[in-house]
Amino acid sequence: MMSNPGNRITQGQFSFLPDLTDAQITVQIKWALQHGWALGVEYTDDPHPRNTYWEMFGIPMFDLKDPAGILMEINNCRKTFPKHYIRVMAFNSTRGGESPAMSFIVNRPEKEPGFTLIREERNGRSMGYTVRSYATERPEGERY
Amino acid sequence: MVLPDDTPVDLDAEFRASNIQEVLDKLERELIGLKPVKTRIRETAALLLVDRLRRKLSLSSAAPTLHMSFTGNPGTGKTTVALRIAEILHRLGYVREGHLVSVTRDDLVGQYIGHTAPKTREVIKKAMGGVLFIDEAYYLYKPENERDYGAESIEILLQVMENNRDDLVVVLAGYKDRMERFFQSNPGMASRIAHHIDFPDYSADELYAIAQLMLARNQYRFSPSAEAAFREYVVRRMAQPNFANARSIRNALDRARLRQASRLFERRGAGLTRDDLVTIEAEDFRASRVFSGQAAQGRQ
Repeated sequence: MMSNPGNRITQGQFSFLPDLTDAQITVQIKWALQHGWALGVEYTDDPHPRNTYWEMFGIPMFDLKDPAGILMEINNCRKTFPKHYIRVMAFNSTRGGESPAMSFIVNRPEKEPGFTLIREERNGRSMGYTVRSYATERPEGERY
Repeated sequence: MVLPDDTPVDLDAEFRASNIQEVLDKLERELIGLKPVKTRIRETAALLLVDRLRRKLSLSSAAPTLHMSFTGNPGTGKTTVALRIAEILHRLGYVREGHLVSVTRDDLVGQYIGHTAPKTREVIKKAMGGVLFIDEAYYLYKPENERDYGAESIEILLQVMENNRDDLVVVLAGYKDRMERFFQSNPGMASRIAHHIDFPDYSADELYAIAQLMLARNQYRFSPSAEAAFREYVVRRMAQPNFANARSIRNALDRARLRQASRLFERRGAGLTRDDLVTIEAEDFRASRVFSGQAAQGRQ
């Protein structure tokens, strides 16, 4: 797409910015820890925007005081799944929240092929539209 | 631009600007004896000041390796000092958060294959930014049992101790002879520990000072005759087997409180005052088996 060269998916926070450096990720994690949110690392290779539940990499990290430990986990995940999308989620468990407070992508595959628009003819001449990623043409694990 | 070598630097001003004197004073007040520990901490504080000055002159100042090993007999203050070290290093600025995570072998080693690595990593993650205190560290390594997973935990610890020196300080503690054997069989671990600190046994005077501190903290005091009785008690108890330094003193004080309480209870009809509640008398110590000679025969 002309307004998104590279077809970078824009899901979550900071997704319109260039990739975050480790130092920037540390600052964000510190912000989440200061608010007492639990942090989790998740990965997937299906970039569809409706793919809400990604695979968890290890369990969510509660009661940690320092970002260094979580950065260790993120780098571990990057080493294990270098060609997957990896994101960090911070969950706010206080009453009234009970939902993710932060979610940002920390790793992307090198080439993101982008999406195609699939048009379906329905009753009469009405059209149904849906979006499909070029990456999902291949099976899981072989996409990037 | 490189400054000339004779550029003057003001270490005294830096010292006054930092809060290091306060930290050292607090340490001096609250911990009795422990000269090697206090010396090492003072040296680390001096290094911090010099590093700050160097940074002001744009000289490099790499953070020193702070991993430590505490060896000594029971009750000599290893765990107490470990707690303090976390706070002190945080106030000196070497450690980011200053919390202490205290573990033994059970928290690090798993019971089946694949269990150890996640367990150890969880503990390390929790300790990042603070101090990881491993008590009885020699139990991690059991060479007699080939199905023991302690070695795996040691590998992970070694890696983290080397690569994450800025994030984590590891303190090992245990009895001197066993720790020596542990280090002999794990040269990697020994080389990563920069500070081997021995905790000597306390002298009778130091034990008396510790007792004073403990009483003051619990808002009790000795009567003059109790002071003399207690000094005698300490000297006799030290000569007997199973003496655990400060812990034995704490137990002795607790037993004295029991005897004081029952003594006051006997007199509950008579006019008791606040002074009676607060004072420990000589008879509260004289009643001990240490004086009657029975304790020398061992526990019956």
